[in-house]
Amino acid sequence: MEKRVTFKGIWLPLLLVTPQIVITAVFFFYPAGQAVWQSLFIPDPFGLSMQYVGLGNFRYLLGNSYYLTSFVTTAVFSVLVTVVSMGIALYLAVLADRLIKGSGVYRTLLIWPYAVAPAVAGVLWLFMFNTRVGVVTWYLGVLGYDWNHVLNGGEAMGLVVVASAWGRISYNFLFFLAGLQAIPKSVIEAAAIDGARFWVRFRTIVFPLLSPTTFFLLVVNIVYAFFETFGVIHTITGGGPQQSTTILVYKVFSDGFVGQDLGSSAAQSVILLFIVGLLTIFQFKFIERRVHY
Amino acid sequence: MAERLGMVEKRGVGLWLTHVGLIIGLLFIFFPIWLAFVASTVSQADIIKPPMPLWPGDQLYENYSRALLSGINAPVAWMMVNSLIMALGIAFGKILISLLSAFAIVYFKFPGRKMFFWLIFLTLMLPVEVRIVPTYQVVANFGMLNSYSGLIFPLIASATATFLFRQFFMTVPDELAEAARVDGARPMRFFWDILLPMSRTNIAALFVILFIYGWNQYLWPLLITTDPSMNTIVMGIKQMFPSGDDLADWPVIMATSILAMIPPVIVVISMQRLFIRGLVDSEK
Repeated sequence: MEKRVTFKGIWLPLLLVTPQIVITAVFFFYPAGQAVWQSLFIPDPFGLSMQYVGLGNFRYLLGNSYYLTSFVTTAVFSVLVTVVSMGIALYLAVLADRLIKGSGVYRTLLIWPYAVAPAVAGVLWLFMFNTRVGVVTWYLGVLGYDWNHVLNGGEAMGLVVVASAWGRISYNFLFFLAGLQAIPKSVIEAAAIDGARFWVRFRTIVFPLLSPTTFFLLVVNIVYAFFETFGVIHTITGGGPQQSTTILVYKVFSDGFVGQDLGSSAAQSVILLFIVGLLTIFQFKFIERRVHY
Repeated sequence: MAERLGMVEKRGVGLWLTHVGLIIGLLFIFFPIWLAFVASTVSQADIIKPPMPLWPGDQLYENYSRALLSGINAPVAWMMVNSLIMALGIAFGKILISLLSAFAIVYFKFPGRKMFFWLIFLTLMLPVEVRIVPTYQVVANFGMLNSYSGLIFPLIASATATFLFRQFFMTVPDELAEAARVDGARPMRFFWDILLPMSRTNIAALFVILFIYGWNQYLWPLLITTDPSMNTIVMGIKQMFPSGDDLADWPVIMATSILAMIPPVIVVISMQRLFIRGLVDSEK
């Protein structure tokens, strides 16, 4: 895609792109290059020099049970967050779409939790499930259930999943509702006249027509769960107990800043970079398809 | 028509069930926020003796003024100023550099244009979370720890906005640039007088998204602001929890959480139309 009409000049456009080039070079390409470079070294025990180890860091990571566990944790976490938040959002969007009047009011009410930062969402849920003062913990106790996400890895995972999914419902709801409203009413009415009940209409007509939206949201939500949930995990569990909620991004942080193991952290960054690349290609492929849909 | 609508859109009992379903969903979404609000209006004594009340108490003024004016490590009012500077810096900075470079890419043919285009394309792929350690080192080497520029610059080094403006500029009719050129207008005149006014809605929509993005940053401020007076509010909340077994000051922490939500929520609600547009645009 090119403009037919362009202005003349070489220095002006170069001047115009300079700010972005400089900022991107200094704060993006240089650090990204550093990550790749550092991933080939290990610091000596005194931190005075770096020793070249080639792909040693990668070999070590891929044979390290903690790292591989973190992969599994990330996969479980991402799938759960995606399914829970998209499920609830779809349910609410389908209901709101059935209203002739008032769906706008519900939209306004459901939209704004999008503005709540993941880290704040983490604090809100931590408060409800706090082992000492949490309201939900207390009522669970009355019911005879002893909630303790500080000791129980499964409960910790459940809590970070719910807190992460909670903050994401607004976003998914918005896209699902827009997708639903774009489906021509005549198609659905035709099916209704033929006697198809709601659930049949949903399964055979609405859901297939909604698939581009669903697919797009799947990718976007997985990316969200991978990278943007750091705040939730850091505020609620700090990756624990026993690393049961240490997702990959959290491990880059804890190995690099808490553990000061720069080589390993950099190698993890490179592996993550590779995963993001795959997801991006996947997404672009899909968007290409959506255009032709 | 009304009869036929009745088959698809619900009325009567079905309509009520639809509302009930939606309200249950709303309650699930609002309950954590409601609880935080209640906790910010009662005393610590009410909270540490569970179950805490579910209806607001009378300590609202007390808790909020304590949070805003003294906080725990730093006054929350000050943290909000930091957050505001960071969010505005990111939003304006990114919009400014992106507008300029998108204008150059679309309206000029200059050497290295293609390469430049692909270089910024690459930045779409790498969130800041992935390159934290080396980016931290760069910022430290520049002496930008505990500074606003350290908070802002690394987060505007990405190309989403450039792509957005490029897409938009491509849809601007060629005749406008043609006419400007025939009239002998200099490129920057065209940019200021025609392109910029036409991009107003796009800029506003992007501003909403970027403001929220900047305000809600957590990991980056956590790394580079070691001085409590430079903390942003979103990352500062976690710093208010005592280490070890001490009891957290819940009323103040919850008041801070509510304060952390207010500015982005106001932006989303007051600019709802632009927000939705920005969200849809930036995911294209």
